[in-house]
Amino acid sequence: MTAATAAVAAPRLDVERLRTDFPILAQQVHGKPLVYLDNAASAQKPRQVIDAVAHFDATDYANIHRGVHTLSQRATTAFETARDRVQRLLNAADRKEIIFTRGTTESINLVAHSYARAACNLGDEIVVSAMEHHSNIVPWQLVCRERAAVLRVVPMNDAGELDLDAYAKLLGPHTKLVALGHVSNALGTINPVAEMIRLAHAHGIPVLLDGAQAVPHLAVDVQALDADFYAFSSHKLFGPSGVGVLYGKAALLDAMPPYEGGGEMISAVTFEKTFYKGLPAKFEAGTPNITGVVGLGAAIDYVHAVGLEAIGAWEHELLEYSSARLGEIPGLRIVGTARAKASVVSFVIEGIHPHDIGTILDREGIAVRTGHHCAQPVMQRFRIPATTRASFAFYNTKAEVDALIAGIHNVIEVFA
Amino acid sequence: MNDDLRELYQDVIIGHSKRPRNFHSLDDARHAEGYNPLCGDTVTVYLDLDGDRVSDCAFQGHGCAISTASASVMTEALKGKTRAEAERLFHEFHDLVTGRAEDADPEQLGKLAVFAGVSEFPARVKCATLCWHTARAAMDGQDEPVSTE
Repeated sequence: MTAATAAVAAPRLDVERLRTDFPILAQQVHGKPLVYLDNAASAQKPRQVIDAVAHFDATDYANIHRGVHTLSQRATTAFETARDRVQRLLNAADRKEIIFTRGTTESINLVAHSYARAACNLGDEIVVSAMEHHSNIVPWQLVCRERAAVLRVVPMNDAGELDLDAYAKLLGPHTKLVALGHVSNALGTINPVAEMIRLAHAHGIPVLLDGAQAVPHLAVDVQALDADFYAFSSHKLFGPSGVGVLYGKAALLDAMPPYEGGGEMISAVTFEKTFYKGLPAKFEAGTPNITGVVGLGAAIDYVHAVGLEAIGAWEHELLEYSSARLGEIPGLRIVGTARAKASVVSFVIEGIHPHDIGTILDREGIAVRTGHHCAQPVMQRFRIPATTRASFAFYNTKAEVDALIAGIHNVIEVFA
Repeated sequence: MNDDLRELYQDVIIGHSKRPRNFHSLDDARHAEGYNPLCGDTVTVYLDLDGDRVSDCAFQGHGCAISTASASVMTEALKGKTRAEAERLFHEFHDLVTGRAEDADPEQLGKLAVFAGVSEFPARVKCATLCWHTARAAMDGQDEPVSTE
């Protein structure tokens, strides 16, 4: 289904009502109504998440999987219920395939450490794309340095779309893993990951998807995609920061050694030998961010209640509207014009540095991200030092896009 | 536009950012590179010393209006200064942009005083000071690139 037909078919969101769920949005910054357009960096939390976290801490909190006492059992139930919600969100085949981590970055590092290090030897290759976030580059570089392996990069065109022919040519007997961003944080591109996984699997190569920017915007089905690993963060999905998820196929996770050793992940310890627990506990050493995981569960409930399809449709409308209006501004160029995009608009204005744009917009109450977006190779590819990025969530409005446009006209006036 | 912004983006600063002075390399001069990993700004500062005195100063690089204007005004300010005077100016400037400039001598600062507005924008202090840190490194013959982080 194309985004255009989705916009017609999906139920319309009552955005003004939904905004009242987000207390942080109802404030003024520098005397102007806050216009929060930095959702790709971190999304805001609805009252439902804030309340769930406060309620859990006030009534049910204790350490999990340990005590026989009532609070520990309640906390364990709340924690494990969140795992079920993540399983449903990703449509994983088994709840034990859901590992809680500190965030996407740790999820990727877990796979780098426990999978890629063993899989790679001298001359082997790991394939990433030209539009990766640093967190989907650096962990693989560390593996490559240690194992004398080689990092290969799928190039992209000027629109910010990956070159699938070049990708197919990169895959071969030496390729041990493909690690791809599902959606680019800097460009907004939605990569054709199903096709790319199919091509990799034809060579027997497993694929990790960095879904940090995808999960808040699209329905993800790891079984339909046949993804081997899938990583995302709670805080971009309207949940607390400090919590992330790694999905992995059970067969792969079972064969991998632990990432960290400690409590919770063992079944028996002597000084001679330790027996590990099965999944998911094997990869969850130590006391986790219990409250944060409960908050993520509440965030998933919230997103399901709003409806991912309706969210996608409204965000697409915001993307189209903002792209069109930004495109009317003389001297402004949108960076990342892929045919399939999430609601992220990066742009540059001739002769004006993004940091100056960000400072002036901030005084108008408008929060945007300026800089390299932890994707310096993307900036190098487009031969720009930085961009200004507006990233939309479903609670953003067209009036907020209008405020952004007015703010940019102010910026241009300052530099006229 | 509000007063803080007008104070930050004064005409002098906008002017220098669009038409930076001394924006070129200097052959055989001592130089150092500065880098702000937060935003990707880079600057190379060149210094010619005649004995203890800066006989020429120039810069290259790319950055925001604040960092470009700061480097431009700095190159003008440093010319003719002794090492000790340059060091004193560095401290005066740093106090100015971080809002600790009660004691700053406006006579000393001269045109650099236009950067007083930066103190209202803590996120932008590094933009203004990168070139100064870099000039100091060039003066000291430091090889490692200067980083704001």
